[in-house]
Amino acid sequence: MEYMIRFTHVHETFRLPEIKALAVLEGIDLEVISYSADSPYCFVKLPSEEAAIKLAKRSILAKAIYEVWGSGSSYEDLHDNVRGVSQHLWPLYKTCSFKFSIDSFQGTRSTETHRKLIEGFKFLEFEGPIRMKNADQEFCLFEEWVFQSERLGILEPHSVHMGRFICGSDRDAIGIYDLKKRKYICTTSMDAELALITANITLAAPGKIFYDPFVGSGSFPVACAHFGAFAFGSDIDGRSIRGKGKSKPNLYSNFVQYGITDLFGDSFIADLTHTPLRKARLFDGIVCDPPYGVREGLKVLGSRDPTKGKVPVIRDGKAHHELDAYIPPKRPYSFLAMLDDILEFASISLVDNGRLSFWMPTANDEDQEIKIPEHHALEIVSTCTQEFNRWSRKLITYRRIPDSEVVAITREKRVKEDGVNADDLNPFRKGYFKGFKAGFR
Amino acid sequence: MKVLTLNFLTCAVKACKSSTSSFPLHPKECELVSDSIVPNPALLTNILPRVDWSALITISTELGFPTLPPTAPTIEELQSDEKMMAELHTLLLETQISEGSLVCGNCGHEYKIKEGIANFLLPNHLV
Repeated sequence: MEYMIRFTHVHETFRLPEIKALAVLEGIDLEVISYSADSPYCFVKLPSEEAAIKLAKRSILAKAIYEVWGSGSSYEDLHDNVRGVSQHLWPLYKTCSFKFSIDSFQGTRSTETHRKLIEGFKFLEFEGPIRMKNADQEFCLFEEWVFQSERLGILEPHSVHMGRFICGSDRDAIGIYDLKKRKYICTTSMDAELALITANITLAAPGKIFYDPFVGSGSFPVACAHFGAFAFGSDIDGRSIRGKGKSKPNLYSNFVQYGITDLFGDSFIADLTHTPLRKARLFDGIVCDPPYGVREGLKVLGSRDPTKGKVPVIRDGKAHHELDAYIPPKRPYSFLAMLDDILEFASISLVDNGRLSFWMPTANDEDQEIKIPEHHALEIVSTCTQEFNRWSRKLITYRRIPDSEVVAITREKRVKEDGVNADDLNPFRKGYFKGFKAGFR
Repeated sequence: MKVLTLNFLTCAVKACKSSTSSFPLHPKECELVSDSIVPNPALLTNILPRVDWSALITISTELGFPTLPPTAPTIEELQSDEKMMAELHTLLLETQISEGSLVCGNCGHEYKIKEGIANFLLPNHLV
């Protein structure tokens, strides 16, 4: 059966990866018949209505899913197509209450025209009462107009479709997890919508264990827990986990705010380059937004001067590092090296077919683009891009290939970046502060 | 810090990773608290194969809990044994260390736990 996913028209490159991920998660055989980044209407083939419900109900970028009753390039066409395609369905809805609505993409119609267009479907011979609220069935007419049709003097849409509403999505979650209403956030907290999409693409689900090694105020664990996953997080900066002051809001209090404390795994203070996690396949998913070195410096344990601090400092007969107030020294680190470390860590810690998703920034200028990192045990599943003016950030998702399928290849080691200061170590940061003028490498 | 998490953690010092005595970390002067969590059998069955059972026995004994069976139950055994399910739920997910430290059996380094949050940052001479 043919169904239509009504997407929202934002984050276009994330829409298909999210839906495809949900199909993998639910084990649904999904065939995309037509999809375009320019249209919010995506036509798919699915085995059943039950599958359609499973696919749409936890999607963030879909608004709803419809059973397709017909398509055409004009209403005349559509009428004929509905007669041909879905006549066998009409008797099923003969007596139930119903309503019709019109969804015009990039176009507008007067209410007068709305009524005329709807009345054009009298031939369906529905006899049930019309209810604008709580109708048993909702039918919708979809119109696709050329961009800026009004200005171009175009009077009719270039294609029209009709569908029966099956079910809505999980877009309400965006409002629930809205950062404006969250009690504890930090400068780099991930927008609720994108965090939820990330959790979906990484296949967060009940019974699974997730981990964010750059947890901050916990945007990703919260989003993963929303979908039922048990979420762990760590950060090199303990302040973001602990919070400030007495009766303080902190990472855990976000779980309290949303009533998902049962799905809070743990949070601890650690550096990914010196992780305390044992080398074992512990996680179903890893999600993170590593610091790019712009808003938040990218640092790891160690001293800028590699010759320094090789012996413990003893003051007044007491080891300095055992004092409560001791803060271990940290040094700037290369963003690209960190990406490699994340991939290596994921290959060690993910279960077979477990997913890793992380965000990375890159300049829009091709010469300055940062290459997507690769790993022989990880397969790239999707790359989604959120564009800003001169730079963009990408959400890259990998699948841990089962060992039996891994083709061992000796990888070239990344050339170690020279230098000790943040600019030398991080080409993105350097470009960002120079406005991405040519040749910052 | 949950007992489950303790089962996932070893010493952060790189030289200790290869030593068997670095895992599990040993709780020292620990205060325990218990949080009530809704049972989650799907999670527990998923967790079971990832838990290092002999390390769990060690930790459970060190924290003064009743002795666990010498070998881990299979997933089928766990699913058919409500009592075992409830006991593991309490031990792994509800029991938490709120204050204290974790000691590496190899290098002796102590990681402090404060308000349930463990700190695994290393002093410079151990990096």
